[in-house]
Amino acid sequence: MSGDAAIEAVARASLWLKPHRIVLILIALALLLGAAFFMRWDWLPQYWEMGLVGLWRSLWILAVTCALGFMIALPVGLAQAAGPIWLAAPAKVFCTIIRGTPLLLQLWLLYYGLGSLFPQYPWIRESWMWPYLRQAWPYGVLALTLSFAGYEGEVMRGAFAGVPRGQLEAARAFGMSRWKIFRRVWLPQAFYRALPTLTGETVLQLKSTPLVATISVIDIFAVSSKVRQDTYLTYEPLLLLALIYMTITGILVLVFSRIEARIPVKVG
Amino acid sequence: MKTVLKTFAAALLLGVAAMGVAKADQVKIGVAAEPYPPFTSPDASGKWVGWEIDFVDAVCAEEKLDCVITPVAWDGIIPALTTKKIDAIVSSMSITDERKKTIDFSDKYYNTPTAIIGPKDQKFGATPDDLKGKVVGVQVSTVHAVYAKKHFGGTASEIKEYQTQDEANNDLAAGRLDAVQADSIALGEFLKSDQGKACCDLKGMVAPDDEVLGPGVGVGLRKEDTALKEKFNAGIKAIRASGKYDEISKKYFDFDIYGSNPQSN
Repeated sequence: MSGDAAIEAVARASLWLKPHRIVLILIALALLLGAAFFMRWDWLPQYWEMGLVGLWRSLWILAVTCALGFMIALPVGLAQAAGPIWLAAPAKVFCTIIRGTPLLLQLWLLYYGLGSLFPQYPWIRESWMWPYLRQAWPYGVLALTLSFAGYEGEVMRGAFAGVPRGQLEAARAFGMSRWKIFRRVWLPQAFYRALPTLTGETVLQLKSTPLVATISVIDIFAVSSKVRQDTYLTYEPLLLLALIYMTITGILVLVFSRIEARIPVKVG
Repeated sequence: MKTVLKTFAAALLLGVAAMGVAKADQVKIGVAAEPYPPFTSPDASGKWVGWEIDFVDAVCAEEKLDCVITPVAWDGIIPALTTKKIDAIVSSMSITDERKKTIDFSDKYYNTPTAIIGPKDQKFGATPDDLKGKVVGVQVSTVHAVYAKKHFGGTASEIKEYQTQDEANNDLAAGRLDAVQADSIALGEFLKSDQGKACCDLKGMVAPDDEVLGPGVGVGLRKEDTALKEKFNAGIKAIRASGKYDEISKKYFDFDIYGSNPQSN
């Protein structure tokens, strides 16, 4: 039995190890060894701790802003797809403004604009919020959340509008309440439709997180800049940073494709 | 590959040219591409002005060098020098042992004390105890960043590093920082501005630490450019002797910024 399994494993490996794959693996190994031997990595022991803290910060900012942004995107998308005009219009305006201006501008407007208005009011300075308001990360989280909500709101509008009317009519014919129709039929189908786009948007969001480094939040990007500025090395920290972002992207795509594979392909 | 070859060819040509004629070639003077008044800042038309610009003009005139001011981002200014995008750094760069590992320096051409500023409504000084629990802002990869970490890292609640001095000053005015540490003259200039006048005042000068703060500010040069280094040294000496240095300084300062007894306070 175990012999069969071993033979099968070898067979599968030989199928997978096609010549082009072997060549690619060798090239990757050569690049890795070249980078390890011909470049300077002696700064790693001094900075890896800082790097881990930065990486953690990047990751939680990504997770929190995507989660909060998606929660805002649901009502924004729904309002545009099926809401009355007094709800649809503000949602449309919100999406247009967020999608029409650079994220960096939004971030700086919040941090240097809004953030520097607060200290003028003594009651804000004395309130419990001040220790948070004077830090940089709340502005970064807010800007990234709004940005994600703006883009995702538009995606969800399309997804909600794309669910076949017959589905909703059938649900109504069953006597489901409006909330039940939304929960059981409309939202799940819209979510499945939006999922492939969501993967892309999440990866894009990951690559928007380094912008928080411009408002003094020390994420993984800021750590690499610091290494660059302290050691005067250009390539090593940047290459390592590229590798880190590519790894996170790979993991994100893998996780999302697993989720996609779990849901039924044909729902209509 | 092509660009690599081109670079090699260009380097070779430059080498040959340098050996051939000892003519005054163009010397690119790198300054940080951000306002750092009164030393270097762009005026309304984008021309670079300030004490350091006048100073380097005088040295170049003295040594008959054809100098061009080239703005470079501060955080990339040393790589720009080592990759020959610029030939000299004249941007209030303090001479430190850490930087000397990578680049060389001329003799110092000015030295001013390091100051701490903070909000007007708070009273404190410039000792580690004074900064207990405070958030201190410094500019990244400056001697002040190193100094703050070494002396205030234990007591301050956080040392925040900013890409430019302007951003640190802004955040102090916005109440996000409790104190900012930097060169006393640059901070003096900020305190004179409307924004600075409204929010902040001088808290004191930090205790001297020659190991970190260094002997003063020098011209940053590539290690192999010894001829250029000698020219700058000779030029600095000459304008000090001729009185040109004092003449320029009087336009900007009411005291001697050369600092005969460095870090006395």
